[in-house]
Amino acid sequence: MKKLKIEDLKRIKEKVRRITNLREGAGRAKVTVHMGTCGIAAGARKIMSVLIDEIEKQDVKDVLIATSGCAGLCSREPMATVEVLGKAPVKYVDLTEEKMRRIFREHVMEGNVVKEYALALGSERTSF
Amino acid sequence: MAYRTHLMVCAGTGCVSNGALRLKEALEKEVRKRGLEDEVLVVTTGCNGFCGQGPIMVVQPDGVFYQRLKIEDVPYLVEEHLLKGRPVKKLMHVPPKEEKPIPKMMDIPFFGDQLLVALRNRGLIDPENIEEYIARDGYSALAKVLASMAPEEVIEEIKASGLRGRGGGGFPTGIKWESCRKAKGIPKYVICNADEGDPGAFMDRSIIEGDPHSVLEGMAIGAYAIGAEQGYLYVRMEYPLAIKRFNIAVEQAREYGLLGRDILGAGFDFDVEVRRGAGAFVCGESTALMASLEGRVGEPRAKYIHTVEHGLWNLPSCLNNVETWTNVPVIILQGAKWFASIGPGDVSRSPWGGSKGTKVFSLAGKVYNTGLIEVPMGITLRDIVFKVGGGIPNGKRFKAVQTGGPSGGFIPERLIDLPVDFDRLVEVGSMMGSGGMVVVDEENCMVDMAKYFVSFLVGESCGKCVPCREGLKRMEEILERITKGEGKERDIELLEEIGIILEDGALCGLGQSAANPVLSTIRYFREEYEAHIKEKRCPAGVCKELIEYEIDEEKCTGCALCVKVCPSEAVSGELKEPHKIDSSKCIKCGICYEVCRFDAVLKK
Repeated sequence: MKKLKIEDLKRIKEKVRRITNLREGAGRAKVTVHMGTCGIAAGARKIMSVLIDEIEKQDVKDVLIATSGCAGLCSREPMATVEVLGKAPVKYVDLTEEKMRRIFREHVMEGNVVKEYALALGSERTSF
Repeated sequence: MAYRTHLMVCAGTGCVSNGALRLKEALEKEVRKRGLEDEVLVVTTGCNGFCGQGPIMVVQPDGVFYQRLKIEDVPYLVEEHLLKGRPVKKLMHVPPKEEKPIPKMMDIPFFGDQLLVALRNRGLIDPENIEEYIARDGYSALAKVLASMAPEEVIEEIKASGLRGRGGGGFPTGIKWESCRKAKGIPKYVICNADEGDPGAFMDRSIIEGDPHSVLEGMAIGAYAIGAEQGYLYVRMEYPLAIKRFNIAVEQAREYGLLGRDILGAGFDFDVEVRRGAGAFVCGESTALMASLEGRVGEPRAKYIHTVEHGLWNLPSCLNNVETWTNVPVIILQGAKWFASIGPGDVSRSPWGGSKGTKVFSLAGKVYNTGLIEVPMGITLRDIVFKVGGGIPNGKRFKAVQTGGPSGGFIPERLIDLPVDFDRLVEVGSMMGSGGMVVVDEENCMVDMAKYFVSFLVGESCGKCVPCREGLKRMEEILERITKGEGKERDIELLEEIGIILEDGALCGLGQSAANPVLSTIRYFREEYEAHIKEKRCPAGVCKELIEYEIDEEKCTGCALCVKVCPSEAVSGELKEPHKIDSSKCIKCGICYEVCRFDAVLKK
């Protein structure tokens, strides 16, 4: 392999950071796909693949993808929650691959909530 | 390839011996079985520090912390957490005195109260992958130094940061570098001391295992500053995993042009080799270490000849401990000012003015969370023992904490609010040392503890100077006598006298500090020595010759459990009738005391 120059360090850093940044939880936005049994049955796995695909394609470095359990509204699955740093989380329902792609491009990347797919703003009240 | 989840499996020595590698295989197999291999990456990391709870795994980006994982847990864990997104509560950490599992790593007091500088990459990177280190700003401090700083500027920066040697002495690193740069003689050497010999200490091992490149980078910066082209890592044979990972790191760094000729195209040459020591305690002493590096017997020499001028092969040599080296890249990147803002004292005039940065400790003994911790200087012992350490298990009472390894001293309960810094610890008769910290509770006998450390040192004394070779042996004999109930009047005074001779007359730092465990226990726990000598009584109930086991007839139900476990058939009695112990047969192993469910066995 070619010996590194000072500039090369930055290039390696950026390349590897794409893979490792989510270990530090340092993201600008986070998309949570609800993957309870109901979500998986309704196709949440495909929604997840779409997100990973978009992140790869657009070379996004600061968006985290997480999974969580059933959001409680099983009839409206697949669901996903989009949290842009400093903004209230938004829950999306009845997702399809096309809808998820649009949400990713418009909401996650540009910050515009896709109102027609959104269920609600904010989170539930919890005691824990 | 992007992954949605990383499973960070701790592969420090502690977790590996608890089966972490088998766990990793099982996880990979299960992830494949579930078709998640394109989404979930299983990574092995260095030591997480929470060794008492291993094997450990952290799921990122969720930050969920799992502990004591078994192979059988894997299918359920993968299905629940990774497939369904439901973190598995029963595998999470439950802090002492609480019932609710805590899922987030930073919410666990053990992790939340720590500040990571030397251990900045622990659990975050794969130590065998140089690119992951680079991604965490690795080697950018070296790049900065080579591109924009003169060697003298690097030295000034280290001096201004107030960094002091983490290996035990606390000598200001910048001053050492400066003397070595000014010393006449070519070539010069940098040496990394990884001959960690204190019983129960594993800081350096964990750093090398978890982040070997940080040590290499620190050494390269030091070499540039003093004008050296060759470095050595002196590490004990007992650290095979550390040696393996360090060698991998050296190979990778050479391949990437971060070691060798013309590093980063900046015209600087530097290379490092590993030298394995046979694991003698004294070889952690700088002059003995250099003798061993040269292939001679590891014996120290008098200190008035400085190693920065006449070190390895009689040439100028700069030796620092593993933890000191790892701090260097961070200081270069974040700046001396930032480093000096952590910890007590003022180092603006001289690096001797305070204790700056953080310190890594291996926390062991009678404390709930044993493991590897890194805390800011100036934190109190109370915070370390009760917050990070989680307090004393089994409802026992805290008695003392031993810092500084076998050459350190015991600090009693009444000084528990003492801030941890180099100078304050010396004031109370102990020292920072390399960072061993052993917590002692009411069931530990202080005379016995002092005897343990002295016996260790008797075995490890190189025998070159009389005070250490003879003095320690006599101290051991006296302590042995006291614990057997054969202590005499004036034994305490005699111990103190030998201790002072050691301090004044021993050749090297090990001998000079070897009496610390004895002197500090006499200073703070004199009444325990007196009880052994005058009343022939061991207040903690540890010294076998001074205790008797008896059965309380009121409480004994005659269950005969003690009869079954007694190895010397000393317990007898009819079933459902109170039992008796025959003291002529009893070997005082204490097993009846431990198994009795009715507290009927008494220790007197």
